[in-house]
Amino acid sequence: MSEWWTYRLSSLLLFSPRTYYRLFELYNADVWPGHLIALGLGLALLALAMQRRRWAAGAVCAGLAACWWWVAWAFHLQRYAGINWAATWFAGAFAIEGFLLLACAGLGAGWRIATWSSGNAKVGLGLLIFAILIQPWLGLLWGRPWFQAEVFGLAPDPTALGTLGLLLLLRKVDDNGRPGPRPAMAWLPWPIPLLWCGVSAATLWAMQAPDAWLMPAAALLAAWRAGTPPGRG
Amino acid sequence: MPAAAQIASARREFLKGLSALVPSVLCSPSRAAQGGPSPTTRPIPSTGENLPVIGLGTWITFNVGNDSVARDACADVMRAFFEAGGRMIDSSPMYGSSQAVIGHGLARVGRAPALFAADKVWVSPGARGPGQIEESRQHWKLPRFDLLQVHNLLAWEEHLPTLFAMKASGRLRYVGITTSEGRRHREIEAIMRSQPIDFVQVSYSLLDREAEQRILPLAHERGIAVIANRPFRAGALLRDLQRHSLPAWAAEIGCDTWAQFALKFIVSHPALTCAIPATRSVAHVRQNMGAALGPWPDPILRRRMASHVEAL
Repeated sequence: MSEWWTYRLSSLLLFSPRTYYRLFELYNADVWPGHLIALGLGLALLALAMQRRRWAAGAVCAGLAACWWWVAWAFHLQRYAGINWAATWFAGAFAIEGFLLLACAGLGAGWRIATWSSGNAKVGLGLLIFAILIQPWLGLLWGRPWFQAEVFGLAPDPTALGTLGLLLLLRKVDDNGRPGPRPAMAWLPWPIPLLWCGVSAATLWAMQAPDAWLMPAAALLAAWRAGTPPGRG
Repeated sequence: MPAAAQIASARREFLKGLSALVPSVLCSPSRAAQGGPSPTTRPIPSTGENLPVIGLGTWITFNVGNDSVARDACADVMRAFFEAGGRMIDSSPMYGSSQAVIGHGLARVGRAPALFAADKVWVSPGARGPGQIEESRQHWKLPRFDLLQVHNLLAWEEHLPTLFAMKASGRLRYVGITTSEGRRHREIEAIMRSQPIDFVQVSYSLLDREAEQRILPLAHERGIAVIANRPFRAGALLRDLQRHSLPAWAAEIGCDTWAQFALKFIVSHPALTCAIPATRSVAHVRQNMGAALGPWPDPILRRRMASHVEAL
């Protein structure tokens, strides 16, 4: 299709809000009780992030990679692609993100979870807690039923936000636990979650959803903090 | 030409156009069988075949994926559409799962002898067109389409020869092109002048009347049927209008709802063949089909309808 620039965002929306949220409802019904596993995994990642053990960074990245692969296959490819042909591309991007996170898990032996007295780490931990424990229930505020909840590890939005939070926590630290600059490799998993925040915001905006601002606001916060040198703020 | 003569000429043209609005019992067997009023029809200029002036679009509304409840709701809409004498259902490979949902609906509704199946080809390069058309046909579960259109002119130079060849060999009855929201009208005009197409599909509504300037007169002149898409601006027009009361004079043309008001304005244009409102509600499809029943606004009342809505 040529002349993309002449299309309004709403002209590119292929489905109704009712169909979009019903997708989550049916998905949740299909994968139950997978929510318990996803919640357990999310809490385990949170616990690891707070322990700051030597092997924690790798374990966290590997756990996140599994979440991205699951969302690529079970959500984008198996379900979302049914109403949005672009979801096959989303599935590809999510699979690539899984590989990037796994690469970080394997190669980032010298990385640590940053001490969370720093501003960056507080924001990172906050985003992670928000994605695992709060974001799934936010729909209730906008009148959506609980069974349409978007759960970390199963649905793309909280998975992307939680990932940004954990990426904020990743630092190369010295033997005394002082954070150094973020290794170049650790930047590789950033673009796809940030881009997804934009895609999700565009979809919600086109649907005139009241929470369309949430994902871009969180992405901007994460990106801003990521650009702040360690020790500041 | 003096103004009075212009008005008289416009009236003559309009009445000529209205004479093509045929309340046809023959064209709507299901409705006729029930003894209800039959929808008004317009002839397809290239063959004279009559089509009800209200069709059924599937953009957004029929893209419900594998949701069995929503698929059955769409089948109910199709059943109500056929019962009210409707014929044309329009879709596209661009519309997600809409084609498969139509296929599901046709299987549930059973035989729909009145169906006029309109779909599109939307792929580049053109060599992939036949494969996509076959995939679409399998989704609909039909032996052939009545109408295939080049969606948004994508690779039209490659697709049109394919479609004309299908028509020549009896695998297709009509060929068309589409655009929406006023895009590429000059190119549309050039194709209308140079290619033997049967249909052109453009956006036309109470607030989108650019097609009146050149496309609709050209279609009239060249004997090309016109399908109006986005009659409610994807629902936004109706959401805005429903904040206001329907004017009392809308009753003069048999309008009970804003949807009927908007549709009557569109299909009373002499060059229009049909409009394709989309809905997932049985009540709404019945309301929409109500707009296919007379009486019809004359040019003066049409101008009043447009002015009234513009002023809201």
